[in-house]
Amino acid sequence: MKEFLSFTKKEFRHIFRDRRTILIVLVMPVVQIILFGFAISTEINNVRIDIVGDMTDPTVRKLVQRIDNNGYLEVKGIFTGTDVISERFRRNESDMAVCFEDDFDKKLDKKGSATVKLIGDGSDPNSAQIIANYVTGVISSGTGDGKKETTAGSPLPVKYMYNPSMLSSYNFVPGVMGLILTLICSMMTAISIVKEKEFGTMELLLVSPVKPIWIIISKAVPYFVLSTINLVTILLLSRFVMHVPINGSLLLLSAVSLTFILTSLGIGLLISVISSTQKTALLISGMGLTMPTMIFSGIIFPCESMPEILQWFSDIIPAKWYIIMVKKIMIEGAGFSFMIKEYTILLLMTLLLLGTSIRLFKKRL
Amino acid sequence: MNAIEIRNICKNYGDCKALSDITLDISEGEIFGLIGPDGAGKTTLFRILATLLLPDGGNASINGTDVIKDYEKIRCSIGYMPGQFSLYQDLSVEENLDFFATVFGTTIKENYDNIKEIYSQIEPFKDRRAGKLSGGMKQKLALCCALVHNPSILFLDEPTTGVDAVSRKDFWNMLYRIRESGVTIVVSTPYMDEASKCDRIALIQHGRIIETGTPEQIKESYPYTLLSVKGKPAYPMLRFLRRCPGIISCFSFGSEHHAAIDPKTTDERTLAGLLESNGFKNCRIKEIKPTVEDCFMQLAGKVTDNTLRIK
Amino acid sequence: MTGENGNIIEINGLTKRFGSFTAVDNISFHVRKGEIFGFLGANGAGKTTAMKILCGLSLPTSGEGTVNGFSINGEQEQIKRHIGYMSQKFSLYPDLKVWENIRLFGGIYGLGFKELRKKCVSIPESLGMEDYADKSVSSLPLGWKQKLAFSIAMIHNPEIVFLDEPTGGVDPETRRMFWEMICGAAENGTTVFVTTHYMDEAEYCDRVSIMVDGRIADIGSPEELKGRYGEPDMDSVFRKLATKAKRF
Repeated sequence: MKEFLSFTKKEFRHIFRDRRTILIVLVMPVVQIILFGFAISTEINNVRIDIVGDMTDPTVRKLVQRIDNNGYLEVKGIFTGTDVISERFRRNESDMAVCFEDDFDKKLDKKGSATVKLIGDGSDPNSAQIIANYVTGVISSGTGDGKKETTAGSPLPVKYMYNPSMLSSYNFVPGVMGLILTLICSMMTAISIVKEKEFGTMELLLVSPVKPIWIIISKAVPYFVLSTINLVTILLLSRFVMHVPINGSLLLLSAVSLTFILTSLGIGLLISVISSTQKTALLISGMGLTMPTMIFSGIIFPCESMPEILQWFSDIIPAKWYIIMVKKIMIEGAGFSFMIKEYTILLLMTLLLLGTSIRLFKKRL
Repeated sequence: MNAIEIRNICKNYGDCKALSDITLDISEGEIFGLIGPDGAGKTTLFRILATLLLPDGGNASINGTDVIKDYEKIRCSIGYMPGQFSLYQDLSVEENLDFFATVFGTTIKENYDNIKEIYSQIEPFKDRRAGKLSGGMKQKLALCCALVHNPSILFLDEPTTGVDAVSRKDFWNMLYRIRESGVTIVVSTPYMDEASKCDRIALIQHGRIIETGTPEQIKESYPYTLLSVKGKPAYPMLRFLRRCPGIISCFSFGSEHHAAIDPKTTDERTLAGLLESNGFKNCRIKEIKPTVEDCFMQLAGKVTDNTLRIK
Repeated sequence: MTGENGNIIEINGLTKRFGSFTAVDNISFHVRKGEIFGFLGANGAGKTTAMKILCGLSLPTSGEGTVNGFSINGEQEQIKRHIGYMSQKFSLYPDLKVWENIRLFGGIYGLGFKELRKKCVSIPESLGMEDYADKSVSSLPLGWKQKLAFSIAMIHNPEIVFLDEPTGGVDPETRRMFWEMICGAAENGTTVFVTTHYMDEAEYCDRVSIMVDGRIADIGSPEELKGRYGEPDMDSVFRKLATKAKRF
């Protein structure tokens, strides 16, 4: 036990004496939250809409009114022809143009349908898609005067539960949590073990009577603590700066997070076993962990829109399951019974990873 | 009694034979030197004895305990100082020592007497980070860390490589004091002049032991008559000597040349005459006893013929 | 490109400070053209720092000097082009083949294509390792590597070559062969500036300087120094001077 304490003390010293690393580790979550929160916002807010159509047409006027009344949309200009639109996009004066065909009201009356064309700025396809969906919803939702109003090709009205304005922070907070925990636990543990191999100190530890399991555990403890600090930082930031609610049980969230930290430690150990230099460890954890976590965590794009084969691949990434559970707890306020499948998968992965890496950890050089 | 018994140890890395058929006995309480150049297999042998590597063949025992089967038992009773400085650079002197004491299940206090002599020299700097120490001090710290758990056998892998002549002398004095407390010391070095400081040595080259014995025994087994030849200019004289009849080999040793001769063909006087008549100045020739370095070169089995051709 | 007095290196009042630590403290010396100059000193005496300045890798805090006629205070690039350099730690790329290393370093020093092709054959030949020209450097024994590294450091026929502990850990015979190469180069007029921990090697030098605590404690031919301190060999001279060190 004394050996273990002294080991842990030593690990903490390594961490605290490397000012730059500790700074990065503690500041990284803050920066990521703020970055995703403000800079890479995918939410619908202050969308600038141009209208092309005949404003004397009563239905058109009504629809334009509705668009303008919507809190997230704002009508910026009204034109009679589509030729100006591309110029408006280029100057970044508008995000989307809504074009009503001529004699809109009459056609709707006679044929029962009339066409609205949406022109989006495809240079940012993600936002364009989201905006188009939203605008379509606004235009086609309900009709005020009992007129049968269906716009050709328009999908059913969409209403987003839990996240009515599609705040992207609801998406990225769980994602960032997964990312940070993976980074700190896996990458840092892996690097700190490989560093000992590279500097030759592992040679000395191995000739000592200390059991390898204790070396491993004492390496893990400090990063466990750091991750917990990060977890708290992220949760505080997202609750009070990003206004993401924690609808579910905080206890459940902590329990799930601790399990995931263990999973990440297992991955870190595995990396440290198979790599012999810090560079390799860094590359493996960077390319093999961070990238997939970024891609499959839903921070950038939703898993559902990926090709099937990639979706299967995403199943083997532990962070995915963790993020799903965090979303359920934080956003939906779901209880444990709604995530038994995910938790079981994560737990099995953890046991497998820890078991394999401890077994593979070499007792000799 | 033998502290270490090594029987037919072999180790290969791919096609490279790092060690072939090493057999050695090291007695209790002696300083045993493993002398050989870099790449001769010294580190590999050390790692096998320190239970860090498994041999491909043969076996070895330390204090009667097998290094393969009972490695955990051995790890408690040996001290090991790897070739590369392997302490934590970002921890202070005291923290390093404290850490290694605890790892071996002891405390600095408990074994302070054991390391007092060496530790007192670096104690004034105990709060300094190990990475900021000079070469000699790092070495002392590493030695303290290897000794702190009171091991009965100490393995020192090239402790004096890259260390200047003064610190090297200090270091050997420390080893003598450690030996007095009954510790068996196995030390490796590429410096031939350190061979004579050991009680017994083994010369190792290309993964094979080429000779074992006390430095005296090895020197006595040198088969040729050895002459020390001095004169000016030194380098042309060396080349001239190698062409003289009866010279088996000739190498420079500092300010003089050591020439192994065949007494039937030539002698001091003939050689002196040859040198004088070829315009070399201040020639002095006398018969000397060989050094371990002479023996090593002779045993390494090379002859002067394959010298470098520089154009 | 030497001064009128035949000195290829002239150093006056060279000082290098790192913060409050004076690594090299006001040293002055010269090296004559064509001599083997041994630059000795204990670990941490400031040898490496001084050598870096001479090779144009770092600037002095104060002091002046010329190497091969170029100022150490502003003509680093010319210095680098006219010197050869070899160290124990880094000399060749282990994962490249012998001839690839030759071609690489020859190219760095601006050798022509024809000359490079010639060197790729002549260097391995002169070292007696023709059969190994197509092997990667990592597969060579250390002694051979060092000999090859020396030949490559000399590839552009520099006026002066700097050798930083070239023989550390090398077997005794190869070590001597290496010194014979050095002597051969000196005979051909190349100045050799060398550091070493082997004191018997100090005897091979024409002149040596011994650094203690950032200063040059003494300088002279091995005979002069041995006479001055009444010691039989350079090892004892060195120990006598270096034990005065206060710096750790």
